[in-house]
Amino acid sequence: MLILHCPCCGVDADETDLHAGGQAHLKREGPGSTDDDFEDYLFMRENPKGVHFERWRHAYGCGKWFLAARCTNTLEVFGTYPAQTLEPPQDIKDKITAKRPGWSWGNVQ
Amino acid sequence: MSDAVSALQGKVAPGEVTIREAGLRGMIILRGDLSDKKLRKVCTSLTGAKMPDQGKAHCEGDKGLCWMSPDEVLVLVPYSQAVDALAKIDAALGGTHYLAENVSDARAVIFVEGTFAREVIAKLAPADLHPDSFKPGDFRRTRLGQVAAAFWMRDADTFEVICFRSVAGYAFDLLVASAKAGAVGHFS
Repeated sequence: MLILHCPCCGVDADETDLHAGGQAHLKREGPGSTDDDFEDYLFMRENPKGVHFERWRHAYGCGKWFLAARCTNTLEVFGTYPAQTLEPPQDIKDKITAKRPGWSWGNVQ
Repeated sequence: MSDAVSALQGKVAPGEVTIREAGLRGMIILRGDLSDKKLRKVCTSLTGAKMPDQGKAHCEGDKGLCWMSPDEVLVLVPYSQAVDALAKIDAALGGTHYLAENVSDARAVIFVEGTFAREVIAKLAPADLHPDSFKPGDFRRTRLGQVAAAFWMRDADTFEVICFRSVAGYAFDLLVASAKAGAVGHFS
């Protein structure tokens, strides 16, 4: 069972309390973007076996979105952080590096 | 105007842990900046309760304040005062960014009273209800069985559960079944 700490309301919510929202840190491409960029934004997703960053919504709780860093292979959770960030915060990246040296995810490492 | 009735009209299931529908309760959902002085003042003047911190509920009798999310508080008042209370909130917060709605008739409140009330809830919700982590005054929004619900501890043997009116029958039956099945002894 996956248990994530909701940074918005401070409770440890299990996955039945939450709703998965897909990959985190997507850059939205809108009018004016190239077809290739738009296609990437619409369809291309990271699908790692290992470190992953995801959006989650505390659906049965406070109703807020937050982001989580976890390992898709072991279900280990490295940390959760507010949705109002453009890339994973340094302290989360440091925690991952301590446990998964040499990890990378898309352009993030 | 027709007479208002609560979802289960005060239904009671007596037992070692008694499940009791609370009857009509006034509830107002208030969203806004919870640190705003005007908002805090009107909440306190309506309920006599201090604004609760994250994950807490301050309730006394029919009145109280429950922390729902970083920008949402549930204002509990006697049913007959809900319309007036809403008007007072609107008057106090006019011009600021807020949203208040009287949801008294959209919700049901169920009391769970008895020695192992904690376990009756713990069997149904994916929440940590250990006596060290969930204490009187603590408030949690989660689910009971298959429906969304919120509950808080009034005292060591009393939980108060809020759910949507449309699922009040399900929530009540679920709690009764959990109580009837007896204590697990997990926390003792």
